[in-house]
Amino acid sequence: MSTKVVARAPLTFYERTYLPTILSGLKVTAKHFTDTVFRGKTVTMEYPEERWVVPEGYRGAPYLVKDQEGAIKCVSCQLCEFVCPPKAIRITPPGADGAPADRTNAEKMPKEFEINMLRCIFCGMCQEVCPEEAIFLQKDYSLTGESRAEMIFDKAKLLKLGGTHGGVQKWKHKLEGAKAQEVFPV
Amino acid sequence: MPQFTDILFFGLAGLVLLFGFLTVANPFSRNPVTSAMFLVLTIVSLAGLYVLLHAFFLAAVQVLVYAGAVMVLFLFVIMLLDLKEEEHRRLKSGILAVGSLAVVAFVGILLATLLKAKPAASAVAGRLVEGDTAKLGTLLFENWLLPFEILSVLLLVAMVGVILLTKKDLK
Amino acid sequence: MEFLQYLSPSTQFVLFSALKIFAVFGVVMTAVAYAVLVERKVSAWIQNRVGPNRTAPFFINYLPVIGPFLVRLGIFQPMADGLKFLLKEDFTPNYVRKVYFWIAPAITVIPALMTVAVIPFGSTLGTEKMVIADLNVGILYTFGIVSLGVYGIVLAGYGSNSKYPFLGSIRSSAQMISYEIPMGMSVIPIFLVAGSLNLGDIIRYQAEHGWMILKQPVAFVIFLIAAFAETNRLPFDLPESESELVGGYHTEYSSMKLALFFLGEYANMIASSAMMVTLFCGGWTLPFVTALSTPSSSILIGLLHIGVFFAKMALFMILFIWVRWMLPRFRYDQLMDIGWRRFIPAALINIVVTALVVAFLHD
Ligand code: SF4
Ligand code: SF4
Repeated sequence: MSTKVVARAPLTFYERTYLPTILSGLKVTAKHFTDTVFRGKTVTMEYPEERWVVPEGYRGAPYLVKDQEGAIKCVSCQLCEFVCPPKAIRITPPGADGAPADRTNAEKMPKEFEINMLRCIFCGMCQEVCPEEAIFLQKDYSLTGESRAEMIFDKAKLLKLGGTHGGVQKWKHKLEGAKAQEVFPV
Repeated sequence: MPQFTDILFFGLAGLVLLFGFLTVANPFSRNPVTSAMFLVLTIVSLAGLYVLLHAFFLAAVQVLVYAGAVMVLFLFVIMLLDLKEEEHRRLKSGILAVGSLAVVAFVGILLATLLKAKPAASAVAGRLVEGDTAKLGTLLFENWLLPFEILSVLLLVAMVGVILLTKKDLK
Repeated sequence: MEFLQYLSPSTQFVLFSALKIFAVFGVVMTAVAYAVLVERKVSAWIQNRVGPNRTAPFFINYLPVIGPFLVRLGIFQPMADGLKFLLKEDFTPNYVRKVYFWIAPAITVIPALMTVAVIPFGSTLGTEKMVIADLNVGILYTFGIVSLGVYGIVLAGYGSNSKYPFLGSIRSSAQMISYEIPMGMSVIPIFLVAGSLNLGDIIRYQAEHGWMILKQPVAFVIFLIAAFAETNRLPFDLPESESELVGGYHTEYSSMKLALFFLGEYANMIASSAMMVTLFCGGWTLPFVTALSTPSSSILIGLLHIGVFFAKMALFMILFIWVRWMLPRFRYDQLMDIGWRRFIPAALINIVVTALVVAFLHD
C-alpha cells in the first residue's frame, strides 16, 4: 500500500495567533458549563439513589428459581456444575437416602447448591444447559460482600433471590397427560 | 553580647564555607548532582550574606540568575550526561598537588589584598551597600557604561560561539 | 490591646510578623485545599458532570437545609482528601535515589509558599501593613524564589531513577527556564511606568492612574501565558502530561509526598494569581470607589480591601482552571517556539516602546 502525503494548508496569521482555537475552546466549555449549572443537564447518574434500567436479556447473577407452586425446580442433575466454565457451581446431591424432591414429578433435589459469585463469569451456560429450567441469569449486577465466604451463595440464598419463575412447568403438563392415559412416568 | 546580625553573619559565612567544601570534596558522595546541589546551596547562602549587607537587589539577582537559571542548566547537563565514571574516579597525587598549589596561591593573593586594603573597621560598618536599585542602575549606565557594554558584547560573542560549535551541519 | 504599647517596637514587629505569617500560611493552605475542590467542581461542570457531592461529616444531620446543600457543593471534600493522603501508605520504590526522592517534594512546596511573603494582600489593618515583607525589590524576590521551584521537579525526576519522571523533569527544567525569561521581561515595562520595584508602590500607582492591564496589555498577556507555563498547568503541562509520561515527574510518588507536589502546584497558582492581581489589576483597590482605593485606618475598610484582593485572586484561579478544559496540550517544539520566538521578542519590543514613551513623557 502506498502512502499518500497530504500537504497541510499553511495557517493564516489569524490562526497562528491561536485566537480562533482559544475562542472555540471558550465557546464549547462555556456552553457545557451553562448547560450543567443553569439547566441542570448532567450525564452523571447518582448511583445508589438513581439506578439504570436493566435491559431485557441482561446476564446478571445466576439464581435458582421455584415454580408457581413454590417447589424447587432443580433436580440435582449436575449438568450445570459440569458445564460451568470457571467451575463456580458446586452441588451436593442428596444421596441414596436423602430427602426426596418437594414436588411430585421429580426424583430428587439438591442437598446443597452453591454458586461462587467471585468465580462466576455470568456466561449463561448453566441456564442454557439446565433441562429443568431451574436456574436463570437474573438482573442483579451489584454483588457485594465483605468476605470471600460471603460471596459464595448457598441454596437458601439462591432460592430466595431467584424467586418464582412463571415459565413453563413442562413436567406438570406431561404428568397431566400421563394421568389422563393412566401411565405414570414416575 | 554579640549582635543578632553578627550571629547571622557567622552562621551564613560558615554555611557558605561548608557547602562550598561539600561541593568540591564531598566525603560522602562523589555524585556530580550532589555537588551541583551543594553549589546551589552555597549560592543561596551567599545571597543571605548580601541580604545582611542590605543589598537586596544583588541577593535577588544572585538567586535568580545563578541558583535559578545557570545551575538548573548545569544540573540539566549533568543529568543528561549521566557521569557514572566520575563516582569511581580516584584522586591522583599529581592532580592533588597541583590543586593544593592553586588553592594556596589563591588564598595568598586574597590575603595579600586584604592586608593591603585594611580599611578602618568603623568605616565599613557605616557604609552599608543600600539596596537602591535606581542608584545601582545609574552607576552602571553612567560611570561604568563602557565596561558594562564590553561585558555584554563578550557574553554575546560567547553565545554566538556556542551556537556555532553546536551546529553540526554548518558548511 | 493595651499591653501592645508596653512592648518595644522590635518586639511588636516580631509579634505582628509572626501573626501575619501564621494567618497567611493558614489562608494559603485552606485556599489550596479549596482550589482543589473548585478545580474538581468546575471541571465537572464543564464536562456535564456533578463533581464531588458526597462527603458529609456526622454533624451535617443537625443542619436542616444548609447541610445537604453544602454537601452537594462538596464543601467537606477537601478534608476527606487531605485525610486520605495522610493515611495512605507512604511507599518508596527500592531503586530510587533516596535522599533526592525525599527532599524533592519539600523543595517544590517551600518556594511556592515563600513567594506569598511579599504580596500586599490588603492595605492596612489598624496601623499594620498587610504584607509580610515590604521589600523594595519585591518582584525580584518573587522571581528568585520561583526560579528555585524548578529544583523540586528536577530532583523528583532524577531521584525517581526511572525514565518517565526523568523525561518529565528534563522537560520541566527546560520549560521553566525558557518561560522565566519572557515572564521577567514582561514586567519590566510595569516598573518603568510605575517607577518602583515595590509592589505596594505599584498598587498605589494603579489606584491613581488606572490599572496596568489597560496600560500594558501585551505585558499582561505574556505574563499570563508564562504563568501557565511556570505553574505547569494545561496547556503547558508537559512535565506531567499523563497521556505521554504516565504522570511525569511524580509518577513514582504516592501518599503525602504526592500531595506535597499538588500542594506546590496549587500554591504556585495562588502565588501567580496574586502576582497578576497585584501587578495588573490594582491589587486590593477598586476603581471608582474612593473609600476602597485608599488605605484607611478603619478595620472594616481594611477587611474589605483584603476581601477585594481575594475576590480578584479567585477570578484568576478560576481562569487557570477553566483554561485547562479549553485548550489541548501544546507540542514540545510549539511550546519552545512560542516562548523563545514570540514572547521574548514581543517582551523586548514592549520594553523598548514603553521606555521611549516614558522618556518622552518625562521631558
Ligand atoms: S453463569 Fe456461567 S459461570 Fe456463572 S454459574 Fe452459570 S455456567 Fe457457571
Ligand atoms: S440447576 Fe438445572 S442443570 Fe443444575 S443441577 Fe439443577 S436441574 Fe440440573
